[in-house]
Amino acid sequence: MMTNPGNKVTQGQFSFLPDLTDAQISAQIKYALKNNWAVSVEYSDDPHPRNTYWEMYGNPMFDLKDPAGILMEINACRKALPDMYIRVTAFDSSKGWEAPRMSFIVNRPPNEPGFRLLRQERDGRSQGYTIVPYATDRPEGERSSR
Amino acid sequence: MLKSLDPSVVGNDATVDLQKEFEASNIDDVFEKLDRDLVGLKPIKTRIREIAALLLVDRLRRKFGISSETPTLHMNFTGNPGTGKTTVALRMAEILHRLGYVREGHLVSVTRDDLVGQYVGHTAPKTREVIKRAMGGVLFIDEAYYLYKPQNERDYGQESIEILLQCMENNRDDLVVILAGYKNKMDRFFDSNPGMRSRIAHHLDFPDYSPPELKAIAEIMLSGQNYRLSEGAASALEEYIPLRMKLPHFSNARSIRNALDRARLRQANRLFAGRGEKLTRLDLVTIEEQDIRGSRVFVEGKLDGDPADGAVS
Repeated sequence: MMTNPGNKVTQGQFSFLPDLTDAQISAQIKYALKNNWAVSVEYSDDPHPRNTYWEMYGNPMFDLKDPAGILMEINACRKALPDMYIRVTAFDSSKGWEAPRMSFIVNRPPNEPGFRLLRQERDGRSQGYTIVPYATDRPEGERSSR
Repeated sequence: MLKSLDPSVVGNDATVDLQKEFEASNIDDVFEKLDRDLVGLKPIKTRIREIAALLLVDRLRRKFGISSETPTLHMNFTGNPGTGKTTVALRMAEILHRLGYVREGHLVSVTRDDLVGQYVGHTAPKTREVIKRAMGGVLFIDEAYYLYKPQNERDYGQESIEILLQCMENNRDDLVVILAGYKNKMDRFFDSNPGMRSRIAHHLDFPDYSPPELKAIAEIMLSGQNYRLSEGAASALEEYIPLRMKLPHFSNARSIRNALDRARLRQANRLFAGRGEKLTRLDLVTIEEQDIRGSRVFVEGKLDGDPADGAVS
């Protein structure tokens, strides 16, 4: 509680820091473009850490030279989907990597209820633990907290 | 968008040195390169110098802590074919980048097909994608008047124009738009889109080249490809140029390039016909008089190339 006021989901880069400003996001995207990584914008309302594949907002942008265009996309996504988690992923397609190299959240829903810890009793008083996001208590489309 | 310089601000009574700023900025390099590589085009070179002067003065103002808005840099190039519009647009991207006005300095060259879609809802994403690619650099729209087709009310060009207008106004820091086309058609285009005209700061007209300028262009093209003209060939070229200018479909520098390509063809065939003899480097590199005189422009007063395949000299 004290260590994470607001229950901010700490996934991806910079998630323990205050939200990045547009200028900081531009600088990060510039770094990704300099390394020829494909930058894409994704959104989801399910913050479970094992939810790997978020919805894509438009195609990955790998032929851009300047972050201004990508920032335009991010702001369009924020306007269209203000209650979703939105993240920016930079994918490295070079041989040997073929994996995302950067991934950070750029937009959070106004209320982040966090995760529920489910404890399961197993044999011999041992415990199994699962986490379930509070957001997924409601079906898709009704998860906005407004 | 200007690169940030020395952040220390001087007091109001200090003086600043324009000459030193000029030398420090390497802009002179840019001018020299422009003068060397492009023949003629005096109004364009003058305008570029004026923009560079504005940049320098702006840098000095920042030393006093006075900042000003990025100037509007959108341009309109009008002129006949082959007068260098696309070439200068390419150079303009590099020049503006060196002067510090654009961040990346790449050029995205599009025509109507890249901006306008074929069905409802297709245009906006297409235009936006192109704009995204061009951010940080220069967007060059060739034959811009095709964007607007008033006679076809189902045409989606107008949508593309609206998106462009919005972007040209709101993202002036990120993008420079250069339109190009024939003068009378562009005038008509602007008459029907006054919003577009008011956003263009620099209207530049590309004059036709004069015969001596065309000869100089020919020499630059040849030396770039490691050829040279013999004396007879040089005077034959001087005669060829005014004759060609009188014939139809003359496209300035492009016609010269085509003529030189045909001269190279004739040179190659001449050398091949006499292939028994040994050839020196000079033989391979020199275009002789008969290579130029072989053109139908001299012989028959007509254009080179078979009328059936439409090739022009």
